[in-house]
Amino acid sequence: MTQIDKVFKALADPSRRALIDRLHARNGQTLSELCQGLEMARQSVTQHLGLLEDANLISVKWKGREKLHYFNPVPIHEIYRRWIQKFEQPRLDALHDLKTKLEREKKQP
Amino acid sequence: MSSETFVYVTYIATTPDRVWQALIDGELTRQYWGNENVSDWQPGSKWEHVSGDEKRTVRVVGEVLEAVPNRRLVMTWAEPANAADRSAYSRVAMDIEPVGDMVRLTVTHDQLDPASDMPRRIGNGWPRVLSSLKSFLETGRPLNTWA
Repeated sequence: MTQIDKVFKALADPSRRALIDRLHARNGQTLSELCQGLEMARQSVTQHLGLLEDANLISVKWKGREKLHYFNPVPIHEIYRRWIQKFEQPRLDALHDLKTKLEREKKQP
Repeated sequence: MSSETFVYVTYIATTPDRVWQALIDGELTRQYWGNENVSDWQPGSKWEHVSGDEKRTVRVVGEVLEAVPNRRLVMTWAEPANAADRSAYSRVAMDIEPVGDMVRLTVTHDQLDPASDMPRRIGNGWPRVLSSLKSFLETGRPLNTWA
């Protein structure tokens, strides 16, 4: 599986997206903190985090004996570039051309 | 004092020395970052992040804390307007590690004041810089967002 496949697969699961949202709200949490208020077994959360880490969507730092999890948005930015920005550009160019054309016509009586 | 930390990771198909050069050589940073990183890169020296255009606007100032070629670069980070205020400085560590035939670049930006707007701006900035750096080193072309 390529890196981008791993990212899409990781994002395809609502529980994993929920974990990313929790880290986005507060970055650098331990496993126990992430488990709080979630109706998910600790073991499932561990598995989800492993998958997210493998997809490079979560990075991990050790602080003493605490393993802290951080949201890493770099792969999502690459998806944006590859799948959104690329398709958006021609429309923006078309709008720009239209504006230029209309403004030119306006000048000519 | 509570502070915020961000950790960004990207994998780049290149060598550690090319990543190192891309971080410290202003001529290279200008191409994928839009700004030049200027310093002699000795611990204790000042460093500046200067716009690549003729205005030469200084956007970030700080001090080099650690510089281990091809491995690790650590520096402090503040806006020039706050340069005199010690508490306004955050810290950036860049770790370069070979992983198989790729390089893992980890940027850890910490000691950020949650009350300032720096965390939000950092959050918008680093993913773009790292994507552009990856593209620059792998294809020779930076992202057009920084052109």
